[in-house]
Amino acid sequence: MPSRLFLDAVDPWINWDWLARHVPYVLGALQQHVVLTAIAVVSGLIIAMPLGIAAQRNRALRLPVLGAFGGFYTIPSLAVFALLVPFTGLTETTAEIPLIGYNVLILLRNVVVGLDGVPRDVIDAADGMGYRPRARLLRVELPLALPAIFAGVRVATVSTIGLVTITAVIGLGGFGQLINQGLIESFHTPLVVATVLSIALALVADLGLATGQRIALPWSRPA
Amino acid sequence: MSVLQSVWVWFTDPAHWQGPDGVPTRLVEHLQLSAESVLIGVAIALPVGIVLGHYGRFGNLFLAFRVCVSGNLPIVLALTALAIPPMVTNSYVALREVDPDVKEAARGMGYRELAQVWRVELPLAVPLIMAGIRTSAVQVVATATLAALIAGGGFGRFIIDGFAQQNYAMTIAGAILVALLALATELSLSALERLLVPRCIRLLMAPAMRRATTLKVA
Repeated sequence: MPSRLFLDAVDPWINWDWLARHVPYVLGALQQHVVLTAIAVVSGLIIAMPLGIAAQRNRALRLPVLGAFGGFYTIPSLAVFALLVPFTGLTETTAEIPLIGYNVLILLRNVVVGLDGVPRDVIDAADGMGYRPRARLLRVELPLALPAIFAGVRVATVSTIGLVTITAVIGLGGFGQLINQGLIESFHTPLVVATVLSIALALVADLGLATGQRIALPWSRPA
Repeated sequence: MSVLQSVWVWFTDPAHWQGPDGVPTRLVEHLQLSAESVLIGVAIALPVGIVLGHYGRFGNLFLAFRVCVSGNLPIVLALTALAIPPMVTNSYVALREVDPDVKEAARGMGYRELAQVWRVELPLAVPLIMAGIRTSAVQVVATATLAALIAGGGFGRFIIDGFAQQNYAMTIAGAILVALLALATELSLSALERLLVPRCIRLLMAPAMRRATTLKVA
């Protein structure tokens, strides 16, 4: 029983033998974790960019779009997974729908805030130089909004890495599988390994994205 | 029987509305877990955020506080740890952002430091502080669902037990209850926020009340 889990003095925090014998298993979990996260963040970005640009331009669209995704964001992921299982089964689709939905909200807010933050003077100057609306968006506004959008990508990535562990309840989970196994078998090693590795993965992803941002967008100063 | 029908049957079965694993018991468990965590969080986070924000220095201390707070085993402790950062951040920022001219005017009118905090700075900071409490509370209610994974109570039990017993009606019923509770928390705290924040301040703050996006943890 889980209540015994933390009182059991015999089971060490990490059983290195087990770990050595299960390297492929841990690497498989890592791969699943990264793939699930990458799909969720990239798809979220693909949806959020046009939606965010449209919402920023069109005041009538902004409130309903932000409100709808904001409401969805409030709903715990476990509930959404459970609701989807009868329709989409124990599949990656069931995992990705909520993960993408949450990322869309995070990114949407940042796209809108980023575009809102472009100084009025700059827009006037671009207009004065004869930029058409589309060129102004692509070459003036988006580059200036990119740091904010990138900050959203970082938040979305870290948050998704955490949420992926919960997909263990539908048989996926990446490192969440190991956490689940540890809880069910009252066995510390997979629990500790998965916890440490998923925190490490989140840190590495965040640092990697921050470095990427500094190289790709030299005009932004990551906070 | 279709999924929706079975969920309907589950909800209309009186047996699911009584006893130690009925909906009311689970609701009380869920709310108790969440309320304890949020209240302990408020008691720790607000004083820290307010003091740091009032003096407007110690920014580093504030960062350290955010980093250090990461809890573990007992559920309430974990949820409290989760509740603290948004509240510290918001109360710190709220107090720091009070217009220096307003503070100076309060000083000039003879307010002592405590009276200045209590009667001038806090009323101006309430909107942001409340937004922080709301963010935390919604997050805690959502995350309390996961308590079921480590044998805790609350609505998460229905979802986890439903999965374990392949009783999808129960799982979906639990999911619906959790979703409704999360939305209800958000809506009722927004209503409370509107009640607590004086109208003039609400108008004053309107553009600044944009909520920071917080990490979704559950």
